[in-house]
Amino acid sequence: MDRLTEIVKKAETLAFDLHFTAARAWKQSGDHRVLVGYLPIYVPREIIHASNGLPVGIMGAGDRKQIIKGDAYYQSYICHLPRGIIEMALDDNLNDMDGFLFPAICDCIRNLSGMFKLSSKGKFQRYFDYPQNFDPAIGGIFYRQEMEKILADIRAINGQEANVEKLNHAIGLYNRNRELIEMIYSIRQEYPWRLSGLDTYYILRAGITIPVEEHNAMLEEVVDLIGEERGEPMDNIRVVITGSFCEQPPTGLIKSIEMAGCYIVDDDFMLGSRWIQGKINNTSKDPLEALCDAYLNQSTFSSAYYDVGNPKGKRLVELVKSRNADGVIFSAASFCDPALLDRPLMQKECDDSGIPHINFQYHENTGQFKVIKEQAGTFSDSIKLWV
Amino acid sequence: MADLKDAIKEKSMNLQKEMLAKQFHDLSQANETGKKVVYTFVPGNLTELILSFDMLPVYPEINALQSGMRKKSADYIKDAEKMGFSEDVCTYVKCDIGMMLNGNIGPTGEKLPSPDLLLLSYTGCFTFMKWFENLERLYPGVPVAMLHTPYQEEGKIAQEQVDYMVKQLKEEVIPKMEQVSGKKFDPQRLSGMLENSARAEDLLVKVLESAKNVPTPIDAYFAGVYYIGPIFTAFRGTAEAVNYYHELWEEVQERMRRGLGPVTPEGELKEQKYRLVMEGPPNWTNFREFWKIFYDMGAVIVASSYTKVGGVYDLGFRHDPKEPLESLSRYCMGCYTNMNLPQRVGLLEKYVKEYKADGFLINSIKSCNSFSAGQLMIMREIEQRSGVPVGFLESDLVDPRYFSYANIKNRLESYFQMLEQRKIILRQEGVIA
Ligand code: SF4
Ligand code: SF4
Repeated sequence: MDRLTEIVKKAETLAFDLHFTAARAWKQSGDHRVLVGYLPIYVPREIIHASNGLPVGIMGAGDRKQIIKGDAYYQSYICHLPRGIIEMALDDNLNDMDGFLFPAICDCIRNLSGMFKLSSKGKFQRYFDYPQNFDPAIGGIFYRQEMEKILADIRAINGQEANVEKLNHAIGLYNRNRELIEMIYSIRQEYPWRLSGLDTYYILRAGITIPVEEHNAMLEEVVDLIGEERGEPMDNIRVVITGSFCEQPPTGLIKSIEMAGCYIVDDDFMLGSRWIQGKINNTSKDPLEALCDAYLNQSTFSSAYYDVGNPKGKRLVELVKSRNADGVIFSAASFCDPALLDRPLMQKECDDSGIPHINFQYHENTGQFKVIKEQAGTFSDSIKLWV
Repeated sequence: MADLKDAIKEKSMNLQKEMLAKQFHDLSQANETGKKVVYTFVPGNLTELILSFDMLPVYPEINALQSGMRKKSADYIKDAEKMGFSEDVCTYVKCDIGMMLNGNIGPTGEKLPSPDLLLLSYTGCFTFMKWFENLERLYPGVPVAMLHTPYQEEGKIAQEQVDYMVKQLKEEVIPKMEQVSGKKFDPQRLSGMLENSARAEDLLVKVLESAKNVPTPIDAYFAGVYYIGPIFTAFRGTAEAVNYYHELWEEVQERMRRGLGPVTPEGELKEQKYRLVMEGPPNWTNFREFWKIFYDMGAVIVASSYTKVGGVYDLGFRHDPKEPLESLSRYCMGCYTNMNLPQRVGLLEKYVKEYKADGFLINSIKSCNSFSAGQLMIMREIEQRSGVPVGFLESDLVDPRYFSYANIKNRLESYFQMLEQRKIILRQEGVIA
């Protein structure tokens, strides 16, 4: 097996290990270590790292777990993600997590935080609110207070203080993490055949289950390996996928899109890991302020972020252009209000810029992809014909 | 609010109808009278602040529910879906956008003016933010003021959250209102209005709590949304609102003196067999049919959570003229859907006990994750904590495709049978008379 295949295999195992074996092993191999589970989309993982914690992304059960109990907690018209998470919580998959963070993306996740509170799962269950005011003296202060609450939650468990030095160190590590991820996307932009979209997904998703240091080492290797020619270019179109930032598409869906003749040159599957664009100051005397600044000024576009003044449709169009993509696939979880309510506006921006697009809806455990494959194939053919 | 044609009406019902008609008429005349118009939302509304600038508020949810009651929502929703809105998303948003696409004709048949200011305060529901991002594109160039209301994550309102909101009011909301209205902010005028608000709130709580009586003189859900609650939204802070609640309270006291039950569209409910607490919004497209299933079976709702989306005054909150901006902030954060789930369960449990309910029902709305996500767990908690039989219905706010009369009727009939049997057992055991 060649090295890249080996790495991808390992990444796939890590990404879909719903028992979080690697994270639990990390916790056991040191004192005062805590595991903090976080839901999509974004949390400032740096502050957890600096508190001797490991942030562990909980992206749902996907198609890797049969949902029986979770369905009894949710009506049919609610997306699939929270029922998978409830199933995991009831099945003890999450027992080693010390606490949980529920970022402010929608009312489902918000209310899920309350369900965790009602069932006292973990030592803390915190809804993490993003400010929607972007003035540093207003929203910035609010965001800082939100971060301080998390620091206090962890400190109450392990007594560890996240000082300036530890915070700056963590910021540096995550800066490198994002930089390496962007390097992979840049290489794939030019040579998408060197690493498939699905393999990229495994590699990124593995990163939210292991220490950032280990993930950085994995990414460095991947960057080296795909820096050299491998694979064969194909006559594929180039697409950007958007709308899949929370409940994750089943891997079969990603595979089907690729098999239908599309190179996925950008996507928002692992948006939280790519949320901050560019580097965060890691030499500041006040690293929390640096994190606030980054949130206020360097956030990517997202359904969780009030976009007045910087509309996400326009930013999507810019992304399509900068990635030199041929079209957009709007791919959102069924019943996902944030993604689906954004879609018409974003589609309109694409129409106004002459960018072709199609859309799909899925559940994380959808098993049939025939129709999706056909639609993506027709999309690809039509672009090849007309562009 | 609800236009129940041919329904038997009390004086207060007619009064509220006149007030609402006048409000929509004023809105239709806004261009001529030069009044500025603010689009905003019901939960966490800043009605007094808007009125203190002599501007007129428009509440898109109210327009949507009115469209539902007037059987217009189905077409509006279809038009929004044609524009690309998914079948899966909140139908209030689609109904509102569809109404706009069809000329923005309000509930009284008069055209609603376009907004001069979009005031986005998205208390308790994330979809509000998406809704306004859409409105902002549909009304390009209209100023937008954003008021981010933090969630009661810890089950309480912290001082720093109040400070955050007050800063937003001072630096974002009020300056935009000054700019749009051309008037200077007048704190004294606002305080005067908040004094009226507090008076009306005292009276509203008395009316709502009258349902603790057996028999209850009011229905706290159907009537609650029909004529008890609506005046609050658009008129809170005015002398008319205080008068209205005086009138209503008089009426309710009179009913209590005479031992009368609640007024239904078909007259007084004579036999009150089941007292229920209701969680979740009602269905608007078939409001009267829905209500009728209850009163035909002798069921009355003694407390409901939906009537608390505009404020949970029965927990003690009052607008405070001495601290106007702080109290507006606390008001926004205190609304029902901004309470965390343990708080919501606690409140419902309290209602079941204090209002001597025989049962607890949930009307789960397809549109509304803010209410619906977690309701099945709420139901189990209430069942465990209070021991009363629980029931679960499903419908939608304004999308008639999701109201199945037969299904809801069947479910309710079985539920009432269950309540009946429980009563028989409790009687046999000597627990109740
Ligand atoms: S998939 Fe969408 S609706 Fe579901 S939890 Fe995530 S953001 Fe919320
Ligand atoms: S989701 Fe619920 S609270 Fe939010 S706008 Fe829709 S109906 Fe209203």
